[in-house]
Amino acid sequence: MRRVVVVGGGPAGMAAAKAAASCGVEVVLIDAAPKLGGQYHRQDARESGDRFKLPDGVEHLAESVVWAIEPILEGHRVHVRTGPADGPDRTGRAIETRALVLATGAYDWTPPFPGWDLPGVYTAGAAQAMAKGQGVAVGERVIVAGTGPFLLPVATSLIDAGSRVSAILEANDPVAGFAARPGGALAGWTKAGELAQYGAALARHDVPLRRRCAVIAALGEDRVEAVLAARLDEDWNPVPHTMRRFEVDAVAVGFGFTPQLESAVAARCEIEGGFVAVNAAQGTSVPGVFAAGELTGIGGADLAAAEGAVAGAAAAKRLGAKVRAPIGAMRRARVGRRFAAALAEAYPVRPGWRGWLRDGTIVCRCEEVAYGEIRHAVEDLDVGGARSLKLATRAGLGLCQGRICGRNVAELASLPDAADAFARRPVAVPVRLGELAEDVPVDEAP
Amino acid sequence: MRVRVDGAEHVAERGQTVAAVLLAAGRGSWRTTRIGGRPRGLFCGIGVCFDCLVVVNGVPDVRACQRVVADGDDIRSQDGAELPS
Ligand SMILES: Cc1cc2nc3c(=O)[nH]c(=O)nc-3n(C[C@H](O)[C@H](O)[C@H](O)COP(=O)(O)OP(=O)(O)OC[C@H]3O[C@@H](n4cnc5c(N)ncnc54)[C@H](O)[C@@H]3O)c2cc1C
Ligand code: FES
Repeated sequence: MRRVVVVGGGPAGMAAAKAAASCGVEVVLIDAAPKLGGQYHRQDARESGDRFKLPDGVEHLAESVVWAIEPILEGHRVHVRTGPADGPDRTGRAIETRALVLATGAYDWTPPFPGWDLPGVYTAGAAQAMAKGQGVAVGERVIVAGTGPFLLPVATSLIDAGSRVSAILEANDPVAGFAARPGGALAGWTKAGELAQYGAALARHDVPLRRRCAVIAALGEDRVEAVLAARLDEDWNPVPHTMRRFEVDAVAVGFGFTPQLESAVAARCEIEGGFVAVNAAQGTSVPGVFAAGELTGIGGADLAAAEGAVAGAAAAKRLGAKVRAPIGAMRRARVGRRFAAALAEAYPVRPGWRGWLRDGTIVCRCEEVAYGEIRHAVEDLDVGGARSLKLATRAGLGLCQGRICGRNVAELASLPDAADAFARRPVAVPVRLGELAEDVPVDEAP
Repeated sequence: MRVRVDGAEHVAERGQTVAAVLLAAGRGSWRTTRIGGRPRGLFCGIGVCFDCLVVVNGVPDVRACQRVVADGDDIRSQDGAELPS
């Protein structure tokens, strides 16, 4: 059987499924959400039906989570559970394939700061997902802080959902950043128009945008009652005597994104600089495994879709289908990567965030490991790598498997090997013991 | 649809997640941590952080942001590490 398996139903995964199907191969697309779209095209879950339609020949497994990927002879076995999230009544299935496309996307990266573990502190993505997908505002008075153009749609969605947005605090000074680039590399960026619209909407609602400012602490007993914001210098160190208190019941923090790597790591794909390494055809270091979208670099939905189209065609070709080179998509991917690089340069992460922490600040939210414990392990116990640091402090050993704290712990402890070390999650999401014991049907590869 | 949140009846819409029902009911937190007993609720919103754990129909460790409500669901706060009832 000629079958491509795509993991992820965002812009990258949908494009991959369409491209592969148009080459005449069967496709199975697996996504954890009930509806297609991923993060960028998140649909309102309360409306009936699905806005996106995949072509015939694509089987969409919705509400289905890939919990393990197992290398087998000449391919991979993809382990899936389908049904209500984390429930005991899901059905199991294992699908074997010789052409696997990974498009699992990314999630918010959040640097820790005092009080970030209080209820009322949300990632910017969470605020966006709740507003777009559920019509719920995460707070009545909300401050949006972090860096990058993503803060603008988040603030706009919050207003649409009924919040009052006190301010947007942008830690960088992107205007200076853009100006510093010869030729204005973002001039032809398709998203520029979209951003201008958000800017206009925010101006209508009198939402101030303050550059070189950040929330450096959240205050409250059992939930956020206020935040402390400060002006930052170029390295993101708070400028003395610039502290200001905002009375809010929620803060949405967005400093950029981290790729969801565990499927790629389980398939033994090479990771480079924290992302899945791919060639011009989106092929990873493992024959028969392709990666597309934010897994391979952060660059937005257009780039993700372009890469997906390339990956889908390459996966179909791998199965012997006749494929015309996806020249248009490859060109769009190249252009997209150029803008992504310019964007990354305009909105860098600066080391000063480390100075926002106090010894008592929680770094690993799952195992409740404070910054002081990590410092002690590094300074007094002489831990040399991610593994010994995890065992000494328990950081990264909780339910999220280091997704939230991994990058932070690595940076705080100056560990070189950490991006991969924290992304090794053979069981991607918890499965219940009864599910593991169950015999599941296996769709075998030819 | 009708669901119960810590014993009290609430109206829910089809397609809503448990987290959305809880937030709409004015709840900012619905579980406590295992070690410090600290309150937690929604954080990442997309199934990554496991902060939003809740007990649904007697089964603990369900991510509220991922679970779509079903008519008659019994949703309960989670107190540290709980065993299924
Ligand atoms: C919470 C959030 C909200 C965002 N909102 C916006 C926005 O409004 N506007 C914007 O410009 N950008 C937004 N972004 C940025 C966004 O990441 C990209 O622009 C774009 O969606 C990336 O496309 P993708 O296809 O690479 O990944 P995604 O769109 O992230 O799609 C990945 C898909 O893979 C699925 N998946 C992952 N792992 C598994 C697994 N193990 N099993 C099954 N399914 C799995 C996920 O459910 C998801 O649907 C958001 C990012 C986040 C994290
Ligand atoms: S809020 Fe992070 S997993 Fe639900």
